[in-house]
Amino acid sequence: MKIAIIDYGAGNLHSVSNAVLRCLSDLGISGEVVLASQPEELDAADHIILPGVGAYSECTANLRAQKGMIEALEENILRAGKPFLGICVGMQLLATRGHEHGIHQGLDWISGDVIALDPQKNIKIPHMGWNDLEIEKTHPILSGIRAGTDMYFVHSYCFDLKDKSCLLASTDYGGKVAAVVGKDNIIGTQFHPEKSQKYGLKLLQNFLQWRP
Amino acid sequence: MLKMRIIPCLDVKDGRVVKGVNFTQLRDAGDPVEQAKFYDAAGADELCFLDITASSDNRNIILDVVRETAAQCFMPLTVGGGVRGEEDVRNLLLAGADKVSVMTAAVKNPELVKELSLKFGSQCIVVAIDAKSVGHGKYEVFTHGGRQATGIDAVEYARQMEQYGAGEILLTSMDKDGTKSGYNIGLTHALSQAVNIPVIASGGVGNLDHLVQGIKQGGASAVLAASIFHFGEYTIRQAKEYMAKSAIAVRL
Repeated sequence: MKIAIIDYGAGNLHSVSNAVLRCLSDLGISGEVVLASQPEELDAADHIILPGVGAYSECTANLRAQKGMIEALEENILRAGKPFLGICVGMQLLATRGHEHGIHQGLDWISGDVIALDPQKNIKIPHMGWNDLEIEKTHPILSGIRAGTDMYFVHSYCFDLKDKSCLLASTDYGGKVAAVVGKDNIIGTQFHPEKSQKYGLKLLQNFLQWRP
Repeated sequence: MLKMRIIPCLDVKDGRVVKGVNFTQLRDAGDPVEQAKFYDAAGADELCFLDITASSDNRNIILDVVRETAAQCFMPLTVGGGVRGEEDVRNLLLAGADKVSVMTAAVKNPELVKELSLKFGSQCIVVAIDAKSVGHGKYEVFTHGGRQATGIDAVEYARQMEQYGAGEILLTSMDKDGTKSGYNIGLTHALSQAVNIPVIASGGVGNLDHLVQGIKQGGASAVLAASIFHFGEYTIRQAKEYMAKSAIAVRL
């Protein structure tokens, strides 16, 4: 199988690539990881991952600056229905809008807004470190991952979903925070599975085996 | 609930660990990648490499170390030591570091932190502060391993760094470092209270009570330690169990 990790200058794509390669090898699947910076590279992929670290504005601008990338994503994900995973800011980009350093247009594949974590709640921001999951909905991506499993988060903004049925798992940080979102063939994680040791790798394995 | 983190720190010089675990199960105790794997398996919450390479000829070796570590360890990795500017940060992040810590360069030019956090995001910019008590409950920022005074108030500086976009503060007490007598709680508390970003306590850990004190009395979000883990006095697991018994949320 072929996994495309979108390279738009804003991701920690090598960490994601390392983790995916490790998962493929653990699963005994022969596969190839492509760091995709050209839209045509998505056409050849079976699974597509959008990593993301940094600011929303910078990430969305970089993604849009890559000619034809948004169209190729829409073609492959929304029309061809290929499994898609967005990580951290890559997950936040699924939203309608992001409110970090101004208002920025997201992909709007999952309705909602990306808003700042509330600093009034006596919490340190960024939300940095290991926090446990509450499972909101059973889903193949969460197979083998129980409630209470810790994942590694690092973010100052969170996905405020319009349609709560898209919430698959949450965590508690000054209130309920979306940790895993999903709709059809699209999944997003606010935490970094590639940095969450055993259970992070388990989630990536689930994704690689997922046939929505 | 967010867990308090335990972060072992490895000093790396010319690509070799100079202060690190000395366990018989390691084939090569000087190999940073071996040590990183050891701590990954032991359940450390993050790992920190401090590059103390002096010669500029060998400065790029750390990139290979980071690259190889990131290929095998699926935990967050912070790298610091001698980071001067944007290019150093970019190279470390591309090699697989998740966070980069800056110290002297930020003291010299605080605006650098603003530029770096805008460019790479606050989440990966850690500002390291070495501080010494100067009496009357005041603490001053020092550089060059505590030898050079800067005249800068540590608490004020931490506030400024937060404002400039630092995502985290790595706070080392130069009075306590190496003493094994516990963190400087006054310093840790003063700084944690002053900023709304996470503070990592460092310098002085000699036993597990010290870790508890760093969190409970110091208000730190994470505790960094070197020798108590490296020399096998305690395992990461023991430290976490002890903290859990003291009603601190940890990842077990």
